[in-house]
Amino acid sequence: MKWDTCDPSEQYLLHLGDDALILGHRLSEWCGHGPILEEDIALSNLALDLVGLARQYYQLAAKRIGLGTTEDRLAYWRGERDFKNHVLVEQPNGDFADTMARQFLFDAFHLLQLEAIEQSPDADLAAIARKALKETTYRAQHSSEWVVRMGDGTDESHSRINAALKRIWPFTDELFQPAEVDRIAAERGLGPDVRTLREPWLELIREVLAKAQLSLPDMPQKLLRGKSGVHSESLGFLLAEMQSLPRAYPDAQW
Amino acid sequence: MAPTIDMEARFLDYVTAENKVEPKDWMPEGYRKTLVRQISQHAHSEIVGMLPEANWITRAPSLRSKLILLAKVQDEAGHGLYLYSAAETLGTSRDEMIADLHSGKAKYSSIFNYPTLSWADMGAIGWLVDGAAIQNQVMLCRASYGPYSRAMVRICKEESFHQRQGYEIMLHLAKGTQEQKDMAQDALNRWWWPSLMMFGPSDDNSPNSAQSMAWRIKRKSNDELRQEFVDKTVPQAKFLGLSIPDADLRWNEALGQHDFGSIDWNEFFAVVAGNGPCNSERIEARRKAHAEGAWVREAASAYAAKQAARRSSAAATKPQAA
Amino acid sequence: MSAPDQWPLWEVFVRSKNGLAHKHSGSLHAPDAEMALKNARDVYTRRSEGTSIWVVLSSNIVASAPDAKEVLFAPSDDKVYRHPTFYEIPDEVGHM
Repeated sequence: MKWDTCDPSEQYLLHLGDDALILGHRLSEWCGHGPILEEDIALSNLALDLVGLARQYYQLAAKRIGLGTTEDRLAYWRGERDFKNHVLVEQPNGDFADTMARQFLFDAFHLLQLEAIEQSPDADLAAIARKALKETTYRAQHSSEWVVRMGDGTDESHSRINAALKRIWPFTDELFQPAEVDRIAAERGLGPDVRTLREPWLELIREVLAKAQLSLPDMPQKLLRGKSGVHSESLGFLLAEMQSLPRAYPDAQW
Repeated sequence: MAPTIDMEARFLDYVTAENKVEPKDWMPEGYRKTLVRQISQHAHSEIVGMLPEANWITRAPSLRSKLILLAKVQDEAGHGLYLYSAAETLGTSRDEMIADLHSGKAKYSSIFNYPTLSWADMGAIGWLVDGAAIQNQVMLCRASYGPYSRAMVRICKEESFHQRQGYEIMLHLAKGTQEQKDMAQDALNRWWWPSLMMFGPSDDNSPNSAQSMAWRIKRKSNDELRQEFVDKTVPQAKFLGLSIPDADLRWNEALGQHDFGSIDWNEFFAVVAGNGPCNSERIEARRKAHAEGAWVREAASAYAAKQAARRSSAAATKPQAA
Repeated sequence: MSAPDQWPLWEVFVRSKNGLAHKHSGSLHAPDAEMALKNARDVYTRRSEGTSIWVVLSSNIVASAPDAKEVLFAPSDDKVYRHPTFYEIPDEVGHM
């Protein structure tokens, strides 16, 4: 299957699904290792919601691509050069500060993105976004509350979240640089022109960072092209693990 | 001395009549201690039990199975939480219980010291391990201690999907390619005997059993539960077309139950003593998570304290209403 | 008295969608009320069982003494859980 020959509208669905799947997969790695039982359960809920969202995007994409495509073929049988997630979401979990920093920065973007997609004339796509907004709002509240707790907690937590935000900040510019996949989607009215999301996003981020007694990181941005399938070295290892079983037994049904 | 005997006798009559004991009631110290040990052990088992299955979340072979496995392991965290809560009503704290787990002082079900080596293990664990646990749990829904029995009722409601999920995986593999069938048989071969050991040694070798039965915190003997499990599971294995790794397994017409081979109790006691394949890894994983989470928990406590201080100083400086 | 990384215990009460009253569901640990509510939502309503959640610090609950007719001797204080000093012999039993 030549995934890059799919219609751009379908590629957009893959881009949306990939962000949700990869981020959900990362969060699922915390299961059994969280800082306290209650938070372990909370993180698992976030992972479940995100993987569930990915399935909806993939199922819609599979239906439209046809040719016997299924959600699992999309998740398990594309190579990393065909994944269209932001490089931000594939970054390793690190410590709890790294995980929440990554989550916080993406959740704020995700909320703005879904609000735009909800207005899309594509009824099926809009419906997915509408349904996802409630849990995404909850997710954004959760991650921003943790950033505040860490920023305004102890000296140690403050320095950890500060360092974590600095590490992840260079990955955020990609969110607002249209690649072909989201540029065409914007032209077709399926999703937002991501350049217009930068200011509202910064406003949300600033508000939370102020409460957290943290300042906006001042780190140079990386030149990233995850939305065009050029990923960091992390994604290859993630997919090798995630896709290993079906690929080891290609004629089996799972 | 007479008043003490009256209390204990009265308590015994009370529980024999199937009444519930609540946190504030008088109870023999032995009853309280046994319950703290039993409930916390059960809680530890749920938490440690997350690890062998969490091992396969990132490798689940379909999106649907990924969600189901993640939900199942999350349930186990929840069960641990309900049980720690029930134990806390008896005058212990979660931190104390966790410290005992990490120091090796407290035990957890030995089955979780075995490694999960294939996706079929996810099936075998759901089918056999959860199957065995359910038997124990249903009985405990009628335990005499109120908070424990109520936690068990909640757990049993959620548990029903766990065993079905495991059996569904086994069914799917058993009907699949030859490699999948072999995977399923291999998992059954490795998990069968440890599952039988889950019920514990024969009650003749279990000194606490009689007292626990009298106090209604144990309602069936280990051997009874084990026999029920075998009788229930043999036809399920037959349906899968898999063979149980016991050459001595056969139907006993006279007794209306299955005869089965002898359990290697040396293995059981070795694993309980800490020398199973994964004991150290399991405890190390829990210790690490707890240690690495300390700064997170401290941060949340510190922030909460700051917020409380801010609220009370804001209240103090509020201008009086006219 | 408690370590800096210890979170206090909260009791959780849930009123389900068509329910008339909040029922006690269990307890959990949280550093403050907001997280107690959020955690209660995650732990006790994962199956969308409830709509309204109340959380109360366990130490803030004041309980009545159990009816002596129905239960055995109970300590006379008004807390819901036993104290870490374990069981107390009621005065009427006398010295041990």
